[in-house]
Amino acid sequence: MASNSSSSTAQQRLRIIAGHLQKRPEDEHPSVAAQECKAETSRSNPSSATPVPKRRQEIMKWNGWGYSDSRFLFNKKGQAEFTGKRYRLSGLILPSLKDWFEGTFGANLQHKSPATPTVNLSAVAPPDLNEPFVEDLKAAGVAMSHDPEDRVFRAHGHCLHEIFALREGRIGRVPDMVVWPSCHKDVEKIVELACKHNVCLIPYGGGTSVSSALECPREETRSIVSLDTSQMNRILWIDEKNLTAHVEAGIIGQDLERQLNECGYCTGHEPDSMEFSSLGGWVATRASGMKKNIYGNIEELVVHIKMVTPRGVIEKSCLGPRMSTGPDIHHFILGSEGTLGVVTEVTLKIRPIPEYQKYGSVVFPNFQQGVACLREVARQRCAPASIRLMDNEQFQFGHALKPQVSSIFTSFLDGLKKFYITKFKGFDPHHLCVATLLFEGDRGKVLQHEKQVYDIAAKFGGLAAGEDNGQRGYMLTFVIAYLRDLGMDYYVIGESFETSVPWDRVLDLCRNVKERIVRECKERGVQFPPLSTCRVTQTYDAGACVYFYFAFNYRGLSDPVHVYEQVEHAAREEILANGGSLSHHHGVGKLRKEWMKESVSSVGLGMLKSVKEYVDPQNVFGNRNLL
Amino acid sequence: AASKTPRHPVLKKRDDFEDVLEERRRSSDLRYALRCYTPTLYKGLVPCKASMLKTIVLQSDHLQYVIKQVSSESGDSTECVAEEASLILDEMAHRLQLSTIRFFAFTLSKAFKRLFRSVCVNEEGIQRLQQAVQEHPVVLLPSHRSYMDFLMMSYLLYMYDLPLPVIAAGMDFMSMKFVGEMLRMSGAFFIRRSFGGDKLYWAVFSEYVKTMLRNGYAPVEFFLEGTRSRTCKSLTPKTGLLNIVMEPFFKGALFDVNLVPVSISYERILEESLYARELLGVPKPKESTSGLLKARRVLSEDYGSMHVYFGHPVSLRSLAEGKINRSQYNLLPRYIPQKPRVDTHEFLNDAAFRLVRIQEENMVLKPWVLIATLLLQNPDGLELSFLTEQTDWLRHLALAFGAFLDWPDHEACSEVISCSLALHRHLLSVSAGHVQLNVTDAPQVETTPEEAVFHRAVVVLSCASYRNQILHVFLRPALLAVAMQSANSNRKDDVYNCFNFLRNMFSNEFILCPGDSIQDFEEACYLLMKHGVLQVLEHEIVMSASGHSTLAFLCSVLDPFLQGYQVVCRYLCEETNENLTEKDFIPAVRSFALKLILAGRLKCCEALSSDLQKNALAALLRLKAVRKVKVGDQVTLKVNKIAVNSLEDTLGKSNVNQNSWCSSMAMLK
Repeated sequence: MASNSSSSTAQQRLRIIAGHLQKRPEDEHPSVAAQECKAETSRSNPSSATPVPKRRQEIMKWNGWGYSDSRFLFNKKGQAEFTGKRYRLSGLILPSLKDWFEGTFGANLQHKSPATPTVNLSAVAPPDLNEPFVEDLKAAGVAMSHDPEDRVFRAHGHCLHEIFALREGRIGRVPDMVVWPSCHKDVEKIVELACKHNVCLIPYGGGTSVSSALECPREETRSIVSLDTSQMNRILWIDEKNLTAHVEAGIIGQDLERQLNECGYCTGHEPDSMEFSSLGGWVATRASGMKKNIYGNIEELVVHIKMVTPRGVIEKSCLGPRMSTGPDIHHFILGSEGTLGVVTEVTLKIRPIPEYQKYGSVVFPNFQQGVACLREVARQRCAPASIRLMDNEQFQFGHALKPQVSSIFTSFLDGLKKFYITKFKGFDPHHLCVATLLFEGDRGKVLQHEKQVYDIAAKFGGLAAGEDNGQRGYMLTFVIAYLRDLGMDYYVIGESFETSVPWDRVLDLCRNVKERIVRECKERGVQFPPLSTCRVTQTYDAGACVYFYFAFNYRGLSDPVHVYEQVEHAAREEILANGGSLSHHHGVGKLRKEWMKESVSSVGLGMLKSVKEYVDPQNVFGNRNLL
Repeated sequence: AASKTPRHPVLKKRDDFEDVLEERRRSSDLRYALRCYTPTLYKGLVPCKASMLKTIVLQSDHLQYVIKQVSSESGDSTECVAEEASLILDEMAHRLQLSTIRFFAFTLSKAFKRLFRSVCVNEEGIQRLQQAVQEHPVVLLPSHRSYMDFLMMSYLLYMYDLPLPVIAAGMDFMSMKFVGEMLRMSGAFFIRRSFGGDKLYWAVFSEYVKTMLRNGYAPVEFFLEGTRSRTCKSLTPKTGLLNIVMEPFFKGALFDVNLVPVSISYERILEESLYARELLGVPKPKESTSGLLKARRVLSEDYGSMHVYFGHPVSLRSLAEGKINRSQYNLLPRYIPQKPRVDTHEFLNDAAFRLVRIQEENMVLKPWVLIATLLLQNPDGLELSFLTEQTDWLRHLALAFGAFLDWPDHEACSEVISCSLALHRHLLSVSAGHVQLNVTDAPQVETTPEEAVFHRAVVVLSCASYRNQILHVFLRPALLAVAMQSANSNRKDDVYNCFNFLRNMFSNEFILCPGDSIQDFEEACYLLMKHGVLQVLEHEIVMSASGHSTLAFLCSVLDPFLQGYQVVCRYLCEETNENLTEKDFIPAVRSFALKLILAGRLKCCEALSSDLQKNALAALLRLKAVRKVKVGDQVTLKVNKIAVNSLEDTLGKSNVNQNSWCSSMAMLK
């Protein structure tokens, strides 16, 4: 979580981004007209209002995760370090990562599998443009491009197979052009023209999909237009009476949060991808935020949604907090994954920035005890803003990311803590696991709340293990995607996937899925045992969200991606067989389509299809997700 | 892969054996009994004492749910029902103690050395088990031929530092005061023989077993066949316990369960003549300690060797792959008991049959089994030289069909045979080079004709229990042989129809996996074709010139069963009593068969076997030729005489032709 740490980090990041932008005076759309909110409160350079440039590849990797300046690498001494200046970890040495990496995967720093450095532009098929559409669009004054780099950038999300192909320089079907609407009206125009000229539209927000949702369908014969919402990124108004904000859907999480912070507010919606993912994307995939216990998931945060469909604009007529007007039309939009239209504007609930934030962590003797504790916390409905339980493997993984200790005293203290937990308390270092906590609110209540949670934890054998461990746990979630790129430099591939499951099945599901992964890898000729680890990331009244990491060393495999996909497929089968859901928040996309009927019944699927049929009979929104 | 019937049983590779008594004969039994015992443990073991186990079971969600349910149905307070559950559990639970095991290790070492020449175990199987025990909870599924079985199992597991099993045992043992408690302390837990509708009992019992399995407390051992087979044929498996041990996997509580079939075979069964008498209607002596002491006489006899073969662990997960949709359990809290659905039931049944077939295939056969087969087919006896020649012929046939024969490698055939004859001398008479079953006892004073028949039958049924051990090897080809004779046609379809009829008729008698009809037919064709008996063309099956003797032999293998079933059918057709009760059925058929034998109209003593009679009735009930009707508290049998008559006719057709064939074999000789 980059922006949940402290406002100084946010400011620092802001300055860097501003710096990038200033270097690009040729930008066609400089800053958008100042909004009242920003005009009043923004203390920084107004150009920060458009942090996502149209040419994203200039600040972000074209074949990996995140900012180009931030990456893990093993330096000449074989020590891991994280480059750049954006994150807390940036510029630091991580002395134990190498041993963990080599030990866990059987990887070797001598065996490298580097990526193709630049896009092979000749591999990109020339655009198949629908000329009349292009002409009309030009006349309407909408920004567009058919530059191959722009198109390649929007042809993928961050599934393993997508990134793996890019690293190898393989490029499949890409959109034929990219358009950048700058407001709702632009989108209406684009959709109208798309219907008129029968082109295929694929909405593109932050590009962080992990469900193959952005992949261009191979069977699509029409011209494919990627509709990039990034320029629709303004906060249109803030209503302090009702605590709502009306925001354009292209805004990305960190900008939304920062700009609201500047006015003294926040949405509190912090999915792990919030540095890059967009508001519209959250709505379209039913996103979930880390702090949903206080603020709610996206469906609880939205008050009003405006979406442009081929049939016209869909929206409610008022901003009432709840209504009984038949099935909630928002629920046709939430999770529609770009198959029905483009979300252009959203009214969201906002909250005053909490006075006080505190991290924490609890060590449990084993995962069972940890889950029992989380269950009790959920039963008492006293979950802090965030509570996550990492299993032993992930706990060790977290430890490998400990930066170099600066003083002998700290290292002595660490040693002492370890001694206390393993020797004095008798925790087995190969079984213990850790829960990370984040409390938010006014100071008094936070401290009270903290005590309540630690008291419950104590009943399950949990020992408080400090703020530091907690904070490092959360750091893991945003650097993990960067770490995958490092792994891929050394023959290690991996990915995460998630599910939600009733409480009584959490343990069984975790164990069975992890074991299934290990077994499937073995059966498919993976030479070393894989990393197969999970954590419980969200608690609900009736169940929990479980997140799995799975990675392995693919040396000796002729088609590693295929093996990876087979194992992931088996793992999903196992999840479903153990009472888990098809997805908690990643969505279905094209990756998990095959299980939709089983998941929602054929009548359910039929209902969704009939909505699609009515809203978009021409299949203009032809990304073929979900159905 | 283990779930599939091997198409070519001949190619099956089996492990070698080690004699575990050898070491016992050389070193101190006491030191052995007191040695350090450090078993391999399950990686997911939740350590827990036997006493804690009880608490876990009584407080389980499942049991609590059923207690509440029973309480609201019966009106008793939940405390009262819970108390009852606790008593049931006390009556049931084992109290496994290492000291008792050590006691048994000592005494059994002594006993086994006196009883057996050798106890042979496949050590590779033990190694596989050691591996399996660590990975997933294990269910041990031994065959059941003798009381010795589970004593031997625990003895061997102790010997090889494997975790000691908890064993599902019938309540009847509990009547043996001291012994019952000893068995309890060596890991046996006791279940009532019938508790049909008792929800609470079922809940306590199933939760008890599941808890032990889930926590990896100990391997769970039970007998798929439910009871000791009195005939040495494998019994149709029961699925109740199998369902219980599989459920934790179905419901996701376990990643996998390793099912380990174990085949225990005896060169001479301790209960041999006891079983024969029981089959003839002399009731089984009630288990009592004094009875056991009388059985000490048993200790002075030679029971030859014993073989224990630990089969490959069968992964339940692979067995259920594609057959069980585990997500069917997603919509109901898992502690609420559910009756298995139709598809689950089919799976259980199928799995049970396959596991029993694995037991059969790994059962070691001694040369005597071949000799017994031949002696039964020749009631007038054989010249020793001819017997030797025939045994050698049969040995090759059996090997070609994949039999797991323990034939001494470097001994002359005649030597092997005389050894076997010596061991089983009480069943035969050898005089002047003529070998005969001991059917004509020296005439005793005041022997009634009935008693004479009874004596003969005891010998025949004892002998049959050895022949029965090899039936599974010959079964499918024999069904084909009989089918070819009764089909009166070479057309493959006709032969298959006859084969299918016979297979259907006998599916309570032998282990024939439901739904495997085509596979079985193909297997039979393959074996006989490979052995040069048949040529299987696209639409026809033709006997080869040299195939006669083999086919005749195969037909004779099934002959007693064909005759026995016909007797049962004839009885039902001729019986005039409209109110024949189920209870009276067996004695009535027995006296009917006895009359036929006394009148010289029936030669086959095996028709007197209550096992055969029960199986025949079960088949007729299944084929709906007989119905059960409940009248008051009696169950009476309503016979559809036309249907039974036509079944008898069809069986007779198989038999008549076969008789002509037998004569042709006699001519060949």
